[in-house]
Amino acid sequence: MSLLDSSLWEVIVASFDPEIWKGLVVPIRETLYITAISSVIVLIIGLILGTLLTLTNPDGLFPIRVLYTTSGWFINVLRSLPQMVMIILMVPVARLIFGKSYGTNACIIAIAASCIPMYARIVESSLLEIDKGKIEAAKSIGSTVRQIVFKVIIPETLPSLIRGFTVAVIAVISMTALAGMFGAGGIGDIAVRYGYQRFQHDRLFACVYILVVLVQITQGVGNLISNRMLKKRNLI
Amino acid sequence: MSYIEIRDLHKAFYPHGERLDVLNGVDLDVEKGSIYGIIGFSGAGKSTLARCINRLETPDSGSIKVDGVDILKLGKKELLKHRQKIAMIFQSFNLFDSRNVYRNISYPLEIAGVPKKQIKERVDEVAELVGLSGKLESYPGGLSGGQKQRVGIARALVNKPDVILSDEATSALDPQTTLQILDLLKEINKKSGVTILMITHELDAIRYSCSHMAVLEEGRFIEKGNVKGIFNNPKSRTGELFAKVLKEFQDNNFEEGGGI
Ligand SMILES: Nc1ncnc2c1ncn2[C@@H]1O[C@H](COP(=O)(O)OP(=O)(O)OP(=O)(O)O)[C@@H](O)[C@H]1O
Ligand SMILES: [Mg+2]
Repeated sequence: MSLLDSSLWEVIVASFDPEIWKGLVVPIRETLYITAISSVIVLIIGLILGTLLTLTNPDGLFPIRVLYTTSGWFINVLRSLPQMVMIILMVPVARLIFGKSYGTNACIIAIAASCIPMYARIVESSLLEIDKGKIEAAKSIGSTVRQIVFKVIIPETLPSLIRGFTVAVIAVISMTALAGMFGAGGIGDIAVRYGYQRFQHDRLFACVYILVVLVQITQGVGNLISNRMLKKRNLI
Repeated sequence: MSYIEIRDLHKAFYPHGERLDVLNGVDLDVEKGSIYGIIGFSGAGKSTLARCINRLETPDSGSIKVDGVDILKLGKKELLKHRQKIAMIFQSFNLFDSRNVYRNISYPLEIAGVPKKQIKERVDEVAELVGLSGKLESYPGGLSGGQKQRVGIARALVNKPDVILSDEATSALDPQTTLQILDLLKEINKKSGVTILMITHELDAIRYSCSHMAVLEEGRFIEKGNVKGIFNNPKSRTGELFAKVLKEFQDNNFEEGGGI
């Protein structure tokens, strides 16, 4: 059903048709799969990059100016690329790694390349939030740099890191809309194919509901975990 | 030879490209087991001096010996060991919010690789000493200022340090709590014989706890000696000023019937 020949209300009613939702089961599974894998990759690499950035900062625990400047520059370059451009750039990279430039894996590469730099910056700003006095205390006790990172900085900033990760997962979800371009399927693919190309706005609406719910759940879970942690620590 | 022996210590910073001399030839001798007061106005260089003693800051020149060991010559590994023996307590406590009281106190032992069972024994012992036995499961966020500083002191003590550097440890506390914390430090000093370097701008804290003191001004000690002697007979202008301020402080407090 299309908005071109039906009223908004009719399209909304039609968007709850069980037939439409049956057709969305597989795309939902695809979106969840791509989101989960991409998020884990973003989490791991973003955390490592963000930590490196914080440590090698000239005022950091392990200052290496060259590394700090070049990685900062590299991240900024990646961040300045629009998502579509990133996808086009990642096509040859995916072919290099997986031997083909389409499919779920290629899609995950593009999403990771786009979201890792963002999450790395979020991690950096979370880690920099730590009260310098705590680091001073840890040093005065004789902690090594590694101990300060893993036993002090990361645990102390964990609630903020979790909030940042929530933001990153939501960015990943919004990027899965582009998965269709790689033939990787997903909700976004359905939305574009039926909603845009065939004017089936009832299907488009159904996809929108799902994306909205996914984002709400992500944000809700992120807030819940981080608030629980703050409450346990008696900080709120 | 004294336990802590500092000779001709210099340290400059370059905050905005301009040279700022913070320590200008500091000499200091502290006897083992004493509580030694260092007083000075804000910006005099007290914290910088403390940070040099556990080498969180590297002095430009001069020497610092603790128990005969020149700490400016220590290698990386030895330095970490040295820091474990020079504990520090802070004005802002600097506790770890992610750890409960028990795990704050156990932190120094944990990073030193002490076995769990031994850690528990030692933490329980120290917690008892500072009066925190009932609070081990609490998180610092839920404690009062006085309790937080007790955790700070316990964390400092747990490794059986040779020296405690107390940098304005009571400056954020109300007078009554200050008194309790000073009493605690005195008790610890008496029981364990740990040397305490008490940095403060609170005269009453020094008068209450220390036998000897030194007045730091613009990066050097302008007066040193017996606490009573300095207050009764100050040689320098700053010493005089401090003595005067203290007198007024006492007079006021006596009128209100409180104070230290
Ligand atoms: N890392 C640093 N870089 C630049 N300047 C510094 C640094 N550390 C300290 N200073 C400067 O050195 C001077 C002495 O600082 P310090 O913290 O030792 O003083 P203080 O006697 O402890 O003062 P307060 O009573 O306010 O704590 C100050 O002017 C301070 O701004
Ligand atoms: Mg200071």
